[in-house]
Amino acid sequence: MLSIFLNGETREVAADLDLAALVDSLSLPAKRIAVELNGIVIRRADWAGTPISEGDRIEVVHFVGGG
Amino acid sequence: MSDKFTLAGTEFGSRLIIGTGKYRSYDEMKTAHTATGAEMVTVAVNRVPLDGSSESFLDHLDPKMKILPNTAGCYDAEHAIRTARLAREALETDWIKLEVIGDPVTLLPDNEQTLDAAKTLVKEGFIVLPYFSDDLIMAKKLLDAGCPAVMPLAAPIGSGMGVQNPSNLRIMREQLPDAVIIVDAGVGVPSDAAIAMELGADAILMNTAIAEAADASAMGLAMNLAVRAGRLAYLSGRMPKRLYASASSPIEGAIT
Repeated sequence: MLSIFLNGETREVAADLDLAALVDSLSLPAKRIAVELNGIVIRRADWAGTPISEGDRIEVVHFVGGG
Repeated sequence: MSDKFTLAGTEFGSRLIIGTGKYRSYDEMKTAHTATGAEMVTVAVNRVPLDGSSESFLDHLDPKMKILPNTAGCYDAEHAIRTARLAREALETDWIKLEVIGDPVTLLPDNEQTLDAAKTLVKEGFIVLPYFSDDLIMAKKLLDAGCPAVMPLAAPIGSGMGVQNPSNLRIMREQLPDAVIIVDAGVGVPSDAAIAMELGADAILMNTAIAEAADASAMGLAMNLAVRAGRLAYLSGRMPKRLYASASSPIEGAIT
């Protein structure tokens, strides 16, 4: 198991997860979300095959109402 | 009279841009949006809930409207830049409403950080619409940095106070005759929007004024009309203000 920061929360995840699997596990709508790994936006096409490491900071975002 | 609003090469039929925040329901939001006649709408970037409760907010928007993501909630250039990049990736748009806030109570913009972020984002190919305080010097800097428009506030976000410094807006309009000026934040009632348009704003961006009205749809229509009226008034060339009276009816020929 690895310890990562996901959307500001500490999370334990399996050691062999890639970004695609992590996003899958969140049950999100398919489109119009974005992912940032350690400050860098990772394009959807690259999620599969991007490994997750101990201490990684990940942000997964979508859109909500705003002004 | 053909009076098209062109912003960053895109033509809009409406000079009213609206937000999606604080509505009581999706239905109310959709009805109000339709009443405004607006063609562009702002949304915020937010972390997805981790408990699987996420739903697609964007599905509740009129698909004909152009979506303009914002960097609300960012207190420095770095966060605003990261948020903009995430928004671009998710929405496949280069357009970004840049907000860098200096203080959580007033939500007044940090102009310095806003300029920093604008410079970086422009270099990365973003179409940057910066929200800032109504300062002519900052407006010039933002335009020089490559922003296609500037968005001075009327009053603090959600305050509903209307244009607090009309002279500033007039000066900005006169000194930057070719700039696209969009008054953003602080509008409360339609007369506020009309005043901003009469002072020469090219467009108005508002959210709370409609979302928090008791009847959002009616207020949306009122804002639609106010922005059109204010624009027409600006183009019509107002009468001069006078200290003393100027009779409307003939002075000669009244009975005695």
